[in-house]
Amino acid sequence: MQLEELITRFQQKDTFAFERLHAMYAENICGVINTIVKDDNLAEEICQDVFVKVWSNALSYNSSKGRFFTWIVNIARNAAIDVMRSKNYKNQKKNLPADYFVSILESKLEDEETDVNTKGLHSLVSKLKEKCIQVIELLYFKGYTQKEVSEELDIPIGTVKTRNRSCISQLRENMQL
Amino acid sequence: MNVEEYIESGILELYVAGQLSEDENLKVVKHASLYPDVQKEIEAIEASILVLSKTAAPKVPLDFAKVYDKIKNLNTSKVVPLKESKTNWTSYMGWAASILLIIGGVYLFNQNEKLQSQIEVVENERINLEEQINEAKISLTKSEELLATIRDKNITVIPLGGQEVSPTSYAKVYWNKKEEKLYIDAQGLPEPPDGMVYQVWSLKLNPLTPTSVGLLEDFIEDDNRIFNLTNANTSEAFGITLEPSGGSKFPNLEQLYTLGVVSSS
Repeated sequence: MQLEELITRFQQKDTFAFERLHAMYAENICGVINTIVKDDNLAEEICQDVFVKVWSNALSYNSSKGRFFTWIVNIARNAAIDVMRSKNYKNQKKNLPADYFVSILESKLEDEETDVNTKGLHSLVSKLKEKCIQVIELLYFKGYTQKEVSEELDIPIGTVKTRNRSCISQLRENMQL
Repeated sequence: MNVEEYIESGILELYVAGQLSEDENLKVVKHASLYPDVQKEIEAIEASILVLSKTAAPKVPLDFAKVYDKIKNLNTSKVVPLKESKTNWTSYMGWAASILLIIGGVYLFNQNEKLQSQIEVVENERINLEEQINEAKISLTKSEELLATIRDKNITVIPLGGQEVSPTSYAKVYWNKKEEKLYIDAQGLPEPPDGMVYQVWSLKLNPLTPTSVGLLEDFIEDDNRIFNLTNANTSEAFGITLEPSGGSKFPNLEQLYTLGVVSSS
């Protein structure tokens, strides 16, 4: 079934379509939340509520909001930031330490039970240059605007767009190896 | 449009990152629908981000069942129309309850008023009874005194018999010579007419000399009909006459009701 058809059915309150979409994106959405809260159980809890919210607000999605996945990521990011604020973690967007998701991945590797899949992912990420990891995480996971990224990383705003393009390309090449 | 240049510009990466405005998003969607290469590029960019975000996924099972339970509860609490009528029902209940409360309040107020007046009645009855008890006590005391008097060894009893005016009348005089006290039992005398009073006389017989001993005042009001008088005379007989109220200096012998002679002992 095509993604568009799934989304249409989901918007008609088809729980089977929703289950498919959940299967497609749950790990990714929960992962994005985890880059913010850095706590597996808390991330999973928030993630459930995010999907409930997605279900409740199904009809507010349309293609002007961008990709379906991007729309959910926005909801997830806001939910995660809300939780962090309510928990008196005073790390607003700007104050988030440069503690990138690589650290989450590395902490997972210390765990003996880590499966081959995660190790593969790690090698994928470890091949990325640090400046690429920074740009991708800020833009895609933390929701920074290009201007905010340029200020955070102290690079010209025009560079953000081109560096992002080259970094994504590099990531895609790594994936094909 | 040069598709390659468009792809190389990096706008599609920003599109997937959600960095574009709604108008820009719609333009990208339009281009994607026109050029399959653009669509493919978007999907490839998204796929790489999906892989990357997956690396941070929490190491716990992400069960759809939990989400499904939550959205099911969401539906039952929002859609089921029973809830509407339930709130109406509770509001009716509220009104009914407040009306009942008012009725109950009025009823209780009336009951309270009734009880208050009943308490007043009972209180009055109680006061009356207390008075009666007091009167009875006083009467008892009098009777006890009387009994004690009669039983006194120093007492002389003089029965007074009815005379011409009122042959059925009688009275008794209890005379304590030592204490100079007289008790008149006037039980056998008729009630005196208005403006008249019985007067008790001490008599000396040779020659007949009457001396007033006193009046039987408040004859009607006194239930016992026992009257205390003092008598310092050496009486030989006692008589009771009917006189105008206030008494007379000399007895009206035509109105002599009872008469008795002290037996010489």
